[in-house]
Amino acid sequence: MVDIKEVIETNRMIDDMNLDVRTITMGISLLDCVGGDLGSTCDRIYKKITESAKDLVKVGNEIGEEYGVPIVNKRISVTPIALVGGSVCKTSDDFVEIAKTLDKAAETCGVNFIGGYSALVSKGMTAADELLIRSLPKALATTKLVCSSVNVGSTKTGIDMDAVRLIGEMIKETAELTKDDSCMGCAKFVVFCNAPDDNPFMAGAFHGVTEADKIINVGVSGPGVVRAALTKVRGKSFEVLCETIKKTAFKITRVGQLVAQDAAKRLDVPFGIIDLSLAPTPAIGDSVGEILEEIGLEYAGAPGTTAALALLNDQVKKGGVMASSYVGGLSGAFIPVSEDQRMIDAVEAGALTLEKLEAMTCVCSVGLDMIAIPGDTKATTISGIIADEMALGMVNQKTTAVRIIPAIGKGVGDRLDFGGLLGYAPVMPVNTFSCDAFIGRTGRIPAPIHSFKN
Amino acid sequence: MKKTIITVVGTDKVGIIAKVCNYLAENNVNILDISQTIVQGYFNMMMVVNAEESPKDLSVLSKELSEVGDEIGVLIRLQHEDIFKMMHRI
Repeated sequence: MVDIKEVIETNRMIDDMNLDVRTITMGISLLDCVGGDLGSTCDRIYKKITESAKDLVKVGNEIGEEYGVPIVNKRISVTPIALVGGSVCKTSDDFVEIAKTLDKAAETCGVNFIGGYSALVSKGMTAADELLIRSLPKALATTKLVCSSVNVGSTKTGIDMDAVRLIGEMIKETAELTKDDSCMGCAKFVVFCNAPDDNPFMAGAFHGVTEADKIINVGVSGPGVVRAALTKVRGKSFEVLCETIKKTAFKITRVGQLVAQDAAKRLDVPFGIIDLSLAPTPAIGDSVGEILEEIGLEYAGAPGTTAALALLNDQVKKGGVMASSYVGGLSGAFIPVSEDQRMIDAVEAGALTLEKLEAMTCVCSVGLDMIAIPGDTKATTISGIIADEMALGMVNQKTTAVRIIPAIGKGVGDRLDFGGLLGYAPVMPVNTFSCDAFIGRTGRIPAPIHSFKN
Repeated sequence: MKKTIITVVGTDKVGIIAKVCNYLAENNVNILDISQTIVQGYFNMMMVVNAEESPKDLSVLSKELSEVGDEIGVLIRLQHEDIFKMMHRI
């Protein structure tokens, strides 16, 4: 029989500590939509998405109501569009048409984002890949719900530096085209190394080609619950600290597992994975930065931050893995800046710099996320920042990512306000020494050696 | 049998249980167990019920119970028991 204390604990997590299921994401393969001309391909894409996900939002809301736990986002991910549009898109504008179709399909289904306007170019770009990347500024500026990602590197292939160079330019152009909307286009685009095929979180979700026709992936969250649990073990040993995080992560992930299984059953779509991430929101108390403070740092970014984050990330995985049979996606602590109030505070206090964030991404999921930089930052500098982050992922055999927003017309000390779950970002200073000649080289960085680990 | 958990949280006063039980009886919801406790000065009650025989859907029961709660100034919530079992049992 269920115990009243357990019931009270669960409901306190939901009411006071922002426990929620962050997203139910339906992955849909669009490979069977390819053929004919652009118009008929778009029609088939629209039809497949809207038929497959017609009940997604309704079922998500029903499950949320029945269990009394908020399911914040319902989303869709699709096959990387560079693969889908390869045979019918002859220009970048053709790809933009597919982006608009995705936008319309997402709106019809009532989801708040659709991911997969993507290209996988870790070793090289096909003509279609390059057209899609060149279409990004227009595609992101003319759609509302479409999220995009490009995988430019992997541990097995190295880093495609031609793509890194091109993406630096496209990020600047996207920011320019969306400058009247807080440069929002860049908030919907992420560049990856070692991108997973089953990530349910935006902006990087896409439905990998290794996946089944349809799949349900669920992203759990709960930084507020972890922080609240840690307030009770202040001053205690690392053993007690780790045990507390593990137990809490287990409980959070079990809720995700329940929701995922139920959603898969009701939608008659196989359950894929649970992404056991600590994903913060701008809500007070729902912050990874605050967990780091609770572990014992004045601010995120203080000396000790990387070690504290490594410990946190590892314990979240250890607790979460036991709670679900299938764990995948990004799984770890996210450290976005704009979406986490205490991370914003740390930047504004001068405690947290871009370089420290880069170090932190070595030990956690995923990368430099939602970071605003001065609008006059050069495209090559952006490419340099991306290349650094990709190298960390490549060498350390982990997923890394960059979602960076040049704040057009703004400088250090200003803010970019995105609103909603994306929050606001203080513009961070960037090292302005040149990497032009490095980024100007063509070709790719070779895959690293997989032995002689030091 | 699918069990459902009803929780009532608020300031203690006369008639809370009566009001909730009346509503459940009217809607053919069977009460299997009741327990209550005071946490940080707040009255907490938990009922384990079987709502399978009720003519109303869980979502309707949930909404109406919440309205009953509003009338008497307490928070009433109806949830499927699986969320608690999953979270606290291996």
